Order: sequence, then structure tokens, then C-alpha cells
Amino acid sequence: MRSPELSWCGLVVACCLAGCAVPAAAPNAAAPSPHGHAISEQELQAWNIDVRGPDGAGLPPGSGSVAAGKAVFDAKCAACHGAAAAGGPVFGPMVGGIGSFKTDRRVLTPGSMYPYAPILFDYVRRAMPMNAPQSLTNDETYAVSGYLLHLNGLVPADAVMSAQTLAAVRMPNRDGFLVDDRPDTRATRCMRDCPPISSAAR
Amino acid sequence: MKNSNTTRLMEAARTELQVGGSLTHDPGRRALLGRSATAVAAGVTALAAGRSAAAPLAVPAANLAMGRALPESEYGMPSKFEAHVKRRRTDVFVNKQNFSDWSMTPLHQQHGTVTPNGLIYERHHNGVPEINPDEHRFAIHGMVKQPLVFTMSDLMKYPSVSKFYFMECSGNGLTDWLKAASKTVQQTHGMLSCAQWTGIPVSTLLQEAGVMPGATWALAEGADGAAHARSIPMQKMLEDALIVYAANGEMLRPENGYPLRLFIPGWEGNVSIKWLRRIKLGDQPWNLRSETARYTDPMPDGKWRQFSFAMEAKSVVTSPSGGMTVRPGEIEILGFAWSGQGSIRAVDVTLDGGRTWQEATLEPPVLDKCLTRFRLRWKWDGRPTSIASRAVDSTGYVQPTVEEIKKVRAITGFVQHHNGIFPWSIDAAGEVKNAIA
Repeated sequence: MRSPELSWCGLVVACCLAGCAVPAAAPNAAAPSPHGHAISEQELQAWNIDVRGPDGAGLPPGSGSVAAGKAVFDAKCAACHGAAAAGGPVFGPMVGGIGSFKTDRRVLTPGSMYPYAPILFDYVRRAMPMNAPQSLTNDETYAVSGYLLHLNGLVPADAVMSAQTLAAVRMPNRDGFLVDDRPDTRATRCMRDCPPISSAAR
Repeated sequence: MKNSNTTRLMEAARTELQVGGSLTHDPGRRALLGRSATAVAAGVTALAAGRSAAAPLAVPAANLAMGRALPESEYGMPSKFEAHVKRRRTDVFVNKQNFSDWSMTPLHQQHGTVTPNGLIYERHHNGVPEINPDEHRFAIHGMVKQPLVFTMSDLMKYPSVSKFYFMECSGNGLTDWLKAASKTVQQTHGMLSCAQWTGIPVSTLLQEAGVMPGATWALAEGADGAAHARSIPMQKMLEDALIVYAANGEMLRPENGYPLRLFIPGWEGNVSIKWLRRIKLGDQPWNLRSETARYTDPMPDGKWRQFSFAMEAKSVVTSPSGGMTVRPGEIEILGFAWSGQGSIRAVDVTLDGGRTWQEATLEPPVLDKCLTRFRLRWKWDGRPTSIASRAVDSTGYVQPTVEEIKKVRAITGFVQHHNGIFPWSIDAAGEVKNAIA
């Protein structure tokens, strides 16, 4: 068993070796030594790709038109998603579905589903095209986001998307979400004379 | 003579296997294999157990020869006679590419509660990256006093913890809400695994970076081709979330996040970000595509339930289960129960389609947010029926039927969080089938 003094020494040594900027904690045998290395947000810039949906925080500088977006889509997206995002050999349609959530056949597209338009930029940048993720420029990403929003009837044909214009788009499903309120089923533990389960969901 | 002996042994083996309705000896699968050696070996067991043996037992060939020599080093593999025990991509819902896809654990062939690493289910959003651990970096930033970056060797210096937890995909069961689409329990429930996960509490590393007041959510992001990311409440991150590098005693498999992943106990698997490269703290959730257009639950009024993280109590009978054949007589019913909200308090089993239920035996250890095995002896009289299990967890929550879920949620499309009671039917021939509807 190490003494508190020894632990304290270890903590200081480890902290110095690591060049750690965190103040050393009070001597405490239970607290592990720090081993992380200080880094700046600037150094993490290329990793810091998230865009926050509601206010578009994290959207980078740049812009792209619907027309430019069509060119990007035709070259890099249509092979999977189909012409005009109507559905292709790999993925289903990315247009339509607005209003379908009140029916039994919900059609999920960026237009019908996303509560905030910046989600489109975030997802395209982080994951598309599937065979070359993070390969589009910011301008191309704005452009293709604008093209998809236009196909869904949410921005006009002459729209130019940027951090400001993208965050300003009012999406139809903005108020379509509620926070988890389970448990919601409240089943009881019937042991005798219970209803049969073989007809489960009819 | 030799041929008729073989035939008799195979028949004996088949009888033995079917009467048992056993967890591993899936007679359908064995028949498909058509390997007489397997059947003969099993037949010997049947005879040794006191079955009618007309001739004295021969000395097994394995007694009369040298075995395989010990190699200098190796990674051990299962017996070639267990080659049928595999993860399988679903053939119920067929993806048109296999990059954003999943494979499923053969639950009916899993003994005990721990899933072997090569059988832990997979879900990838753009394939399995190959990451050199010497080059991998993990960062914590955003609303912290000091952004930090760690190498894998930095992380290995922290005190480690090892915990047994189940992990389940939120989509587990999504093909079998309203109709019986799947055949086996691997297809109906196989996006479920359980392992001993080893790593570091997230709280240890967040404390080192210094959490700023007002940081209530964390974004976790992977280093894969989808940069899969989710927003997770800080409360859960500080409570029991782990930064994991090992499972069941060895470093993670690439398909399960090597060299580093997040592990969020009891919550839907997709928040346990694989190939973890950063955690960023913020004061609100990000509302990413994976938490708006995916991993949300349809409600009857056209809305969607969001951030439905916890996997509620659930159970399933794994033996006998779909694709197996049973014979009248004694059967041991085996299954798994689990809850993301705590531990399993009880499992009830029905043998008559839900009219009556009796409590099964839980096999220790019964751990928090971990698979629990239950068993019940049953003497089947050969009459067609259906069987099912129902879990109760430590919060008092009772596993519902699909009908009960349907009263409060919409079941349409790609619906997540299917924790409904799952029935198997047994017909007069002893064939076990999916009986969800």
C-alpha cells in the first residue's frame, strides 16, 4: 500500500512529464494521476466538424447555390440516391413525405423529418458521399444542402445557402419531437386468466 | 454392417438432440451440415448415457492416435464442429450495401451470459475502419477548462474498471412487430450481446479536463467513415459511462470499436460510439441526423419521441426457439432477460399462449444492466401451444405485449425499441416458429 506522500509525489511527477495544465488535485490516494496532454481548440479544428441543429452553431464560412448543388449531386450522389434524389439503386427517396406523419405510411426524407436545416449540412459533411466522406468542400456542402432543400420545396431555385440562410430555413417538422417520457406502457403482471398473446398486435 | 451402424448412430443422435430441445444442438442446423462424424460423435454420447446399445462401444479413434501438436503460438479457434456458430447479416431486411449494415449474435447458441468476442453483434454506419492504436488520439474539448488529448498508452495508465453489461441495438426486433418476418431468435433478437467491458470511467477523464458550469450535454464522435455521433446527457456520462478498450479480457475487435469506444450502460447501442475520437461538452443537445431522422420513435399523433435512450426490460426464450424441433417429454426452457433501467427481478413464462404464467428460475449472478439467464423445466404433452417469457425489472417495470405498446406508440415503418413479449409457437410435429402475430 502506497503512502499518501508517495502518491502525491507520483501525481506531481506525472503532471510535469505530461506537460499538463490542469492544477494538481489535493493529495488523495483515490484520485488517479492526470495523463492527458493539453491541446488548443485551434489544434482540434479539423476534428471539430459538428453543427448544432437549432442555431447552426459550427456552420463554417462559405456558400453554395441550388444550381451548383445540382451539379454536385449529379456527379457524386445520384448514383446511390437516384436522379433528383427520387430514390436510387442503394437508397430510397430524399424528397417528399411532408404531411405523411399523420398517416400509417410515414415517408422519412430530409424535408419531412429534419427539424432544423443545418442537420443536412452536418450529415453531408460528416458522412457523404459514402465512398469518400468529408471530401466535399464547405461550398459544395452548402450547395448540395440547398439543392436537397429545394427539391423538397423548402427553398426557391435561386437560393444560396450559407451559415445565415441555412439556419434561417423553417423546417416543417420543427415541432415534431417530444422528449422521452417512458415508461409509457404500464403493463401489469397477470398470472391467471390472462388474455392470450398469440394475437399480439392485431 | 458399418453403414447400418452409422445410420443407427445418426438416428440415435438425432433423437437425443431433438428430445433435449437443447440450446446448442440445433437439429435443423446439424441436418444441414450433413456431417456424419458429428452425428456419430453425438451418437456415442447418447449410447453412453444408457440408450439401447446392441453392440459394445468401440474404442474412439481419438484414443488410438496422436492428437494435434502444440504450436509455438496461436490464437485459439472454436472446434471445426462448431463452425456453424456465427454472426449472420440479417436476411429479413436486406440492405442494398453492406457498409451501413448489421450482423446478429446467435443467441440460441450462446452458453451463459457472456457473448464471445467473435459473436458480439455488429452495427456499422460506414464499414469497419482499421485504426492503428499507436496513431489513435482521443480528445476532450468544448465546455472544459482545458481541452485534452490522449494517446492509447496515456489511457492505459488510468485505473481500469471491468463491468458486465449487455448491449442492444435500438432496432433489435424491428422486423417483427406486426408480422412474423424472422425465423430464428438470432434474427428476431440477435442485435443483443453481453460482455465484460474494461476501460476507464468517463468521469475520471472529464474531471481531469475540468467540466465548466452549464455543460449539460456531451457530443461523442467516432473516427469511422460515418463519423457517427450522438448527444448524451452529462448526467449519464458522469454516472456510469466508460471509455472502453477491451471486452472479455482482450482488446476490442475492430468491428466493435478497436482501439477505443464509448460504453453507455443500459442505453441503445448506437450511443456507445465506436472508434471514439472525441467528446465535446456543450449546454444543449446537437440534434444530429442520428437523433432526429434516426433513432426516434413514432407517436400516434404524428410526432416523434426523441432521446429515448434507455432499453426497457425485455426477455426472450432462446431454447426452444424458432427453427428448432422438440419432442414430447421433458424440455428445459432457457432464455435471457435484461433491463437498461436496473436488474432483473423476475421472469414469468407462459406455456399456453399467455393464459397462465409461472415464475422461472433466475441463474446467478443477476447483475445490473446485464443479461440474466432464466430456466424452467416443462413436460410437453405434444399438443400445439405457444410459449413466451415476460421480464420484470428492479424498478417494477413489467415487459409489455406488442398490443400494449401499440396502445401508446405508432408502429409504422422502421420502428425502434421493440421490447414486446415474444411468443414462439410449437405445432403438433414439434416445430418451433415465430408467433408474434
